[in-house]
Amino acid sequence: MDVLRVGSLADALAAKARRPDAVPIAGGTDLMVGINAGWDRPPAILDLSAVDELRHWERGDEVVLGAGLTYRLILGELADERALTQAARAVGSPQIRNRGTVGGNVGTGSPAGDLLPVLAAADASIELGSDAGGRRAVAWHAFFTGPKRTTIAPDELILGVRWRRRRGPSVFAKVGPRNAMVISVCSLCLQVDEDDRAIRLALGSVGPTVLRADDAEAFGAAAIEEAGGWADPARPLDDAAVARFAELAAGAARPIDDLRGTSAYRRHAIGVLAGRALRWVLADRAAEAP
Amino acid sequence: MTIWVRASVNGQLREAEVWEGTSLLGMLRDELELPGSKNACEEGECGSCSVWLDGDLVCSCLVLAAQADGRDVRTVESLGTGEDLHPVQRAFVDAGAVQCGFCTPGLIVAVTDLLDREPSPSDARIREALAGNLCRCTGYEKILDAARLASGRVEASGDRP
Repeated sequence: MDVLRVGSLADALAAKARRPDAVPIAGGTDLMVGINAGWDRPPAILDLSAVDELRHWERGDEVVLGAGLTYRLILGELADERALTQAARAVGSPQIRNRGTVGGNVGTGSPAGDLLPVLAAADASIELGSDAGGRRAVAWHAFFTGPKRTTIAPDELILGVRWRRRRGPSVFAKVGPRNAMVISVCSLCLQVDEDDRAIRLALGSVGPTVLRADDAEAFGAAAIEEAGGWADPARPLDDAAVARFAELAAGAARPIDDLRGTSAYRRHAIGVLAGRALRWVLADRAAEAP
Repeated sequence: MTIWVRASVNGQLREAEVWEGTSLLGMLRDELELPGSKNACEEGECGSCSVWLDGDLVCSCLVLAAQADGRDVRTVESLGTGEDLHPVQRAFVDAGAVQCGFCTPGLIVAVTDLLDREPSPSDARIREALAGNLCRCTGYEKILDAARLASGRVEASGDRP
């Protein structure tokens, strides 16, 4: 096993071109588990932890997160991005949040990755770079193709993620046996888009990849329209509408049975969570209204 | 194959020749004779191996030793000696927060990290800060007592721990 140590992005991309079999490491919170246990022996490891260029972030019309940004930096620097910081705070423990990175969560591509519902709800794109090809941006739904499978090429590295900021409250929530240190049994990110008068709902850990609940989104937006809620955020949705939204969210889930939960439990829990999340963001809209 | 790793460890420049896949924890315990950081789960679940890497609280089992090259590492051994305990160590003894002792070094490091940044944390903040440290003996209440005791003493003395 070779360890390739680089100090700049240019050197990192050149190293990945030379050794496409090298597995990138940043925080090590996923990769080191397999190496310590002996079941993962990558031919080479490319250490990105000294590449400062990957730790940048921007927050203007777009949110841009560099691949090397840790959860802890997100919590410190982007505290106003509510769903994002809720997701970052839900990851592991302080020790894990001090090390784990955006690039690691995206690159590992676990359906349970805590940032992924936030990216999917925001219609984020993943920025990839290579020594030969420069940069390309891939939409989240084209990037994640299956459990821990993505469309990244062997000579590419994840540079970061970006999405257009939208006006309106958002929320991230997850279900697990503890309030910390758990891989999600199910998770979601719900965002109200005031400009497009739309609801965006992404579900995590209930399918082969993070997925969007299209029918629930369309129903939710129409129900708010019908209640007059887009013009007047104080207008509530009735219980039947919230229940139908939850039912459609559960219907979008494609969960499996595994050691963290059964398919039936996940489908039920994601529906409950979706209904609660809708009530939370609607309460936020009502509270923020003039 | 092996590589050389050179790092500042507890204020001293130390170096070791290790297998490339070695974790920082393995290097500290097996090469640098610093067994205070404990090896329990090796997957970041238990916090027994907690150290500071460039001032950040981390699980040393999840840091590739090569990633510590040229960096600053501080372990539980930097805090006190058997004769001269760090205030957080003293609080653990006084509160009876030590039973088998295996999780204790990691918890001492995690509590010290918390009080360095936040000298008077609420109970909720203490619980969140210690979420990554498992103890199978105490049921945690005495550990929370120790964290409160250390915090109170820090406040009373006006010192940082």
